[in-house]
Amino acid sequence: MRELKILGVVVFFTVFTYIGVNTYAYSVMKPAVAPADFQFKDLPRNDKIGDASRGAEVFMNAGCIGCHGLESQGIPAPMNDADAAASFGVVPPDLSNAGLIFDSHFLAAVIKNPAKAMLNDHKFNESNPHPMPNFYGLGGDIDQELADIVAYLQSIAPEKVSDEQVYVDACMQCHSIKYTGLMSNKDPILMAKYMGSVPPDLSMFIRSRGADYLETFINNPQKHLAGTAMPRVGLTQAAQEQVVAYIEYAGDRKKDERESLGIKVLGFMIILTILAYLWKVKIWREVH
Amino acid sequence: MAQIKKANGIGDWFDQRLATKKLAKVMMTEYWIPKDINFLWAMGVVLVVMFKLLIISGIFLLMYYKPDAKLAFDSVNFTIMQEVEYGWLWRHIHAVAASFAFLVIYIHMFTAIYYGSYKNGREMIWISGMILFILFSTTAFTGYVLPWGQMSFWAAQVITNLFGGIPVVGDAVVTWIRGDFAVSDSTLTRFFMLHVFLLPLMIVFVIVIHFYSLRIPHVNNQEGADIDFDAEADKYLAGNKKESKVVPFWPVFLAKDFYVVCVTLVIFFFCVFFFYDFSLPGVNFEPANPMVTPKYIYPEWYFLWSYEVLRGFFFDIGPIKAMDIGLIAFAFANVIFVILPFLDRDPRVLPAHKRPRFKIWFWVLMFTMVILTIYGKLPPKGINNVIGFIASMTFITLFLIMPYITKKDAKGAK
Repeated sequence: MRELKILGVVVFFTVFTYIGVNTYAYSVMKPAVAPADFQFKDLPRNDKIGDASRGAEVFMNAGCIGCHGLESQGIPAPMNDADAAASFGVVPPDLSNAGLIFDSHFLAAVIKNPAKAMLNDHKFNESNPHPMPNFYGLGGDIDQELADIVAYLQSIAPEKVSDEQVYVDACMQCHSIKYTGLMSNKDPILMAKYMGSVPPDLSMFIRSRGADYLETFINNPQKHLAGTAMPRVGLTQAAQEQVVAYIEYAGDRKKDERESLGIKVLGFMIILTILAYLWKVKIWREVH
Repeated sequence: MAQIKKANGIGDWFDQRLATKKLAKVMMTEYWIPKDINFLWAMGVVLVVMFKLLIISGIFLLMYYKPDAKLAFDSVNFTIMQEVEYGWLWRHIHAVAASFAFLVIYIHMFTAIYYGSYKNGREMIWISGMILFILFSTTAFTGYVLPWGQMSFWAAQVITNLFGGIPVVGDAVVTWIRGDFAVSDSTLTRFFMLHVFLLPLMIVFVIVIHFYSLRIPHVNNQEGADIDFDAEADKYLAGNKKESKVVPFWPVFLAKDFYVVCVTLVIFFFCVFFFYDFSLPGVNFEPANPMVTPKYIYPEWYFLWSYEVLRGFFFDIGPIKAMDIGLIAFAFANVIFVILPFLDRDPRVLPAHKRPRFKIWFWVLMFTMVILTIYGKLPPKGINNVIGFIASMTFITLFLIMPYITKKDAKGAK
């Protein structure tokens, strides 16, 4: 009985201290933010039903391929990476998978006004325009044209892509992951000029930030880092989960091994503890 | 020369040359421990196990770690954590064992304070124990720098900077410790040497002294009873095991310790595999960057209480700067526990619940330590500063009034 009371005191002080220096302290240092919004509710809704074949026409006429490649349709990027980076600060992404990995509302909004949809209009304005110009329409109903372009991109997108491919399409424009050998091929000096600083390597982000933080952060970087130059890229929930899975692969690829070994070691220790208890009872029976 | 005869077995062969039977008696089967103890008496052996885990995991980490500011981070986070078979396991064991070692050190230390096991002949046990505490702290601090993450770098920056507070030679001392004007590669390599060689060597040496210092005054018991160990040992050896107030170290005492060690290891391995963030905080998985100061800088949890005593004094008093007052308080906090046996003016060895004033003193100290620990982590602003200051003042006052309180208790008993 007395030992249990003492154990209670030890556990109380340990748990109290733990809650204070971890749960409580981190809640003060990293205040909670609203959950990720994969509907992108802040963007205008576009209820028009898009038509893929009209969309193909709009896509070609609107000048998209002046900067973006569409490898899967046999349209390579018009400039090589180095020239593109020198001209735009960043390499315009290939759009072959865009219809799959980016949210459709977001795609429509980002074509119309990139800086606004990406939430970096604090950085890009009239005197410093976004390298991707706003789309003002080809003369018809602009919402219909946007819906058509989105429908076209969705129609040419593959049914699924690998985690690595999502990462390449959505993140590697700026971020390297050296632990898997994916190096952003931009000149760091140009990158720093464009973004304000060199975007960090994401190799250990699964441990330095954690999956929960990445979920709200990638969905809307401004929530955690107000004023950051990092754009919201508008990934669907499924695509974002693939990105986080890839970052986890890069920085914590032994997770499965850790968890399965953990169960075995704990099982072994519990059996050993029971044996130790029985031995203790046997030995102490003689002296009590 | 001793009479060497033909040995009748390998045990006898060694016994004739090394007196192994006598040694086993002295160290194990006739090393007497009081029977009236509880599981807190097992903390010493738990600590030995933690120290062994640290040594073994450390040896494995040493095979792949590269003490170079350019290579250290990747050698830990890529080579060890992801490339080497079970490298992650050794690193998790090493980091979690460090935290566990400190938790157990604190339990061990406050057990000694509660039961009065630091006085009346047991002063050397206490003092060697506190030297071990200081050596463990230094080892933990130098070890935390080795992965060369953001907090490694900035903790090294802040802590080495403290020595700048030493009058006259302060700045020179800081440069001497760092091996450079700022924390850099030379700081990393010398901390590496300290962490893997000099400090562990000193720890092993002081552990031997710590164990030896127990032999003459013997281990204390739950009631502080004065036991005639020779008489009780005779009773035990004569077969009156139930009547005797003592038990041998082996197998009786260790049987209980082994059980407590196993329970601790269940919790320990749970943390190693599933609950390690408290020992491997995210901020240190970011590579060290001298150009970017982290928003919050804090030491590992086991240093927070003394860090808060340092920060607690946030205002200048007359011509004395807040920083200097904090440094004096910090120095006070780090040496005051060592001289505890001499602050206690009550000659009796009794548990705190039999010493009315000391009992209150003890629990106030426990809560003050916890409050200091928590506020050492919180950002120093607003009400946090005030609470930190009050807790720091309480801490210092407790030790200043200790001689008076213990004397009063002693008088009250007469």
